[in-house]
Amino acid sequence: MSAAELYGLVLAGGRSKRMQRDKAALSYAGKPQLARALELITPLVSRAFVSVRPDQLHDPQRTGYALIADLRPDLGPLAGIEAAQAAYPDRAWLVLACDLPFLQPATLRQLIARRDVNRLATAYRSQFDGQPEPLCAIYEPASREPLRRWIDQDQRCPRAWLAAADTLLLDLPEPRALDNVNTAEEYLAASAALGPDTAAPAVPRQLNIRYFALLREQAGRGAEALRTEARTPQELYAQLQRERGLKLAPQFLRVAVNDEFGDWQQPLRDGDTVAFLPPVAGG
Amino acid sequence: MNRFSLHHTALEPQQLIAALRRPDCGGYVTFEGTVRNHNEGRAVRRLEYEAFAPLAVREGERILADACARFGLERAHCAHRVGALDIGAIAVWVGVGAVHRGEAFEACRYIIDHVKHSVPIWKKEYYEDGDSGWVNCEHCAEAPEPQRPAVAHRGQGLI
Repeated sequence: MSAAELYGLVLAGGRSKRMQRDKAALSYAGKPQLARALELITPLVSRAFVSVRPDQLHDPQRTGYALIADLRPDLGPLAGIEAAQAAYPDRAWLVLACDLPFLQPATLRQLIARRDVNRLATAYRSQFDGQPEPLCAIYEPASREPLRRWIDQDQRCPRAWLAAADTLLLDLPEPRALDNVNTAEEYLAASAALGPDTAAPAVPRQLNIRYFALLREQAGRGAEALRTEARTPQELYAQLQRERGLKLAPQFLRVAVNDEFGDWQQPLRDGDTVAFLPPVAGG
Repeated sequence: MNRFSLHHTALEPQQLIAALRRPDCGGYVTFEGTVRNHNEGRAVRRLEYEAFAPLAVREGERILADACARFGLERAHCAHRVGALDIGAIAVWVGVGAVHRGEAFEACRYIIDHVKHSVPIWKKEYYEDGDSGWVNCEHCAEAPEPQRPAVAHRGQGLI
């Protein structure tokens, strides 16, 4: 069988319930992970799309991309795959979750290189339970009908479908490649692991801090100068939570350094002005 | 010329649209966002806006430049209030001028959606019952958690 042309689909229609904020917008080293997922997939496929819920078609985080909206609600990731296959039935789909911060291009390239077009799907085997990983996998055009029957039987789990179907399972080249990040705590751990190495010795530096809105009220001041050993905004915020009674959780905030958006892990220098920005509400 | 501006006094739509007009534009779309007397089921008495001015202007002008490139606009301006506002006051004004109407409508929507999403401006609502709250912030507190062991990466404690 000749290989169907490969399109890419990044899934960004989840409800991010455990994270309590939009996962697509979470950033690592200053880049939203939806943008990172598209940068990974775009060079490897003929066209790349973002899978969204219909109510996300005007969402600023998503409007810049080619979008495919779910056809049915409450189907989870299968809704995105179903809508993509309905839109382009004769294409194969490389389906990718948007929240895989450790995924590297080599893992995707190997999946594509070893793809078996005569089976219904090609996927990696989970490091944890040996089950197929459905959200970094290739679905061939022939999988459309069996997937639709699966959904019509009220099934919601793409992993179970892959396990039962004629799927080629591969071993992951890099064990952590498909670790995903679902909670605020996992996000901070991943963000620290992926940020620049801050193992340099702590030297006290003079920083200027600016506070806005609810954080200004909690700190009881709009600005202050502080001598601190904090090396990154993440360390600084932890210190201010303790010493100034800031109560907003860091996963809801953005960082600004010297009047420009910054990153939780960027090294701070003497004289920097740092602000932590609560969720905005202009307009 | 594209401009994002912050204002401590009332916005004047007539003046704002006049400054936008050019002979080579055939369609203008403007949007006014005004202070509403209710939000999420609560009666609102007045609002206060606060901005991180240098970054708000910078981010606002990035959005306007994006919109101009994306929709081929000739002109775009967004003006936003800061300070105390009463019910009915104009909080934000967006105006775009384009050769034709289609891109003008789309661009205006694009600009207001992105301004609300990423420009560092905050809104405090004062309610009829005497309470007040920062919109989008009041559910962002750190959940009270029992003492747990620190997660360690590269020898560092995390928050």
